[in-house]
Amino acid sequence: MQPSSTTQICNESAPDCNLPSRRVIASARGVTKRFNGKTALHDINLDICSGQVLAILGANGAGKTTLINILLGRLNVDAGEVSVFGYPAGSLPAKRRAGVLLQVAALPETLKIKEHIQLFQSYYPQPMAYQKVIEYAGLQEMQHRYSKKLSGGEKQRLLFALSICGNPKLLFLDEPSVGMDVEARKGLWQAILDLKKSGTAIVLTTHYLEEADRLADEIVLLKQGEIIQRGTTSQIKASVSHAIVRFSANDSGIDYTTIAGVERVTSSGKFIELASSDINQTLKALLILEPQVQDLTVSNMGLEDAFLHLNQQNAHTTTGATNKQGEQA
Amino acid sequence: MNSSNSVSNVLNTGLNADISTADVNDKMGAKKIVKLYYLETKFEWLKSIRNPAFALPATLFPAIFYLFFGVLMNQHNPQVATFLLCTYGTFGVIGPALFSFGAGLAVERGQGWLDIKDASPMPSSAQIVSRLIVSMGFSLIVLVTLGFVAFGLTDVSLSLAQILQLSGMLIIGALPFCLLGLTLGLLLKAQSAPAVVNVIYLPLSFLSGLWVPISMLPTYLQSFAHFLPPYHLSQLALKVVSLDAGGSVAQHLLVLVVFSVLFFITAVLAFKKKTA
Repeated sequence: MQPSSTTQICNESAPDCNLPSRRVIASARGVTKRFNGKTALHDINLDICSGQVLAILGANGAGKTTLINILLGRLNVDAGEVSVFGYPAGSLPAKRRAGVLLQVAALPETLKIKEHIQLFQSYYPQPMAYQKVIEYAGLQEMQHRYSKKLSGGEKQRLLFALSICGNPKLLFLDEPSVGMDVEARKGLWQAILDLKKSGTAIVLTTHYLEEADRLADEIVLLKQGEIIQRGTTSQIKASVSHAIVRFSANDSGIDYTTIAGVERVTSSGKFIELASSDINQTLKALLILEPQVQDLTVSNMGLEDAFLHLNQQNAHTTTGATNKQGEQA
Repeated sequence: MNSSNSVSNVLNTGLNADISTADVNDKMGAKKIVKLYYLETKFEWLKSIRNPAFALPATLFPAIFYLFFGVLMNQHNPQVATFLLCTYGTFGVIGPALFSFGAGLAVERGQGWLDIKDASPMPSSAQIVSRLIVSMGFSLIVLVTLGFVAFGLTDVSLSLAQILQLSGMLIIGALPFCLLGLTLGLLLKAQSAPAVVNVIYLPLSFLSGLWVPISMLPTYLQSFAHFLPPYHLSQLALKVVSLDAGGSVAQHLLVLVVFSVLFFITAVLAFKKKTA
């Protein structure tokens, strides 16, 4: 195996994984998957460490769900290998130590929350105590409700409860907070952090970048089946050495894209945002062009901006790969 | 995997440490396995009995049909009432078999719910065993309600041995239809599954002579019935009360076994297609 840049993430990007208390519990090496000749994943290398949250980000069709399904053993790889707790992905010992939350349209409607949980507890050799499951998932108030009567966010909480029933050492969460209100989402985040503290490894996909920012020890950014960026959240933000200049101005018809250092112009409401690679030059030029700017703020790029930027940047540099979107949503 | 670079070393030591504790953590004792199957069956039962769209038609339709054809349209002829009790009993046990497996499974599959179960360590056999027991439970309810109508409103007279033999045979005889339902449940789309199952269930029942005696059908339909498994199950049932058409038990059993094997193979193929 070539020790290429992507095989040693535990050493480079997530140094904590080499601490004696944390260890690699699952890994993917050179994983490639094609659907009908189209490449969905190409040469993916990943290590999943205990006590860490790994976030897999990417636009729809980037390969997130395919990757999760491969780690679960629900899809076979065309090349490469996957090992979970030293067993093949999807084998019984691997399943007994993992918990899974997948996107589900509906649950069987005529069972109560309590019954769903009791049933899933029975699948595992050492289930988590019922009361603990309920508390983690924030379901104390609705244990006797039928799953028919749950809102979207409540359904997600129940699915989360089912995913932790078996006391998992490895937890897969595919878009766990979809449809949750702010309070429920905060509760979920706390539960994830608590589980992480107890040593559980968590693999998370999400559309909410704030979620990844808050939870992830390591982020992997997928695009068209390839990892285009990986690292801690601060590393990802730092890899895009841009700042955001935000201000409001009267519509004067100025073309801001001509300003030195400006790479992207967006407007929201009366505000205009410039992404700049050279903040000094940009500010100087802006104030000369438009001395009347108001509400001027300068900020570092957030994860969301960095994500957009990286995704966009990559679109320019890998145009040869744009036809490879063989992917299930 | 070679161990020449540091990552593999980390990987190996980590995994060895895990494997050493694996035997303790991964064992499911016999007691836990029994509990798993018990709970799966219990909740499958509660799920079905609480769903009126499934439970009501499955349990009441055979009795209502029997009320019309075996009681109201029958001129107090005990032989006709007995004959129809056997054929509507056959009709009644096929329904839960096809609907629990066929429609129920297809709907849960379509919702993505089976994906969650599939990713959990639940043995797939638990799913099948629990549905099998539940559809047998519904068969029993069907037969009891039919019995109430028959013994309450007609002059049917059967010995206890006949009743037990008839019930046992019909409940076990539903097995090939469970396997047919399983195939359908793995192949059909969730939205269309209930309709498709009805389109198979109702004509199959009629053509097998479960609604009106087969002798009242045109001759070409009578010979066609010999290719349909419900016909053979109903003949076995009629044999208990000596009202069958005269075929040998072995021949009827053979046909049912052949169909069971056939539907088992289609179910396995459908399952493989699903996971491909």
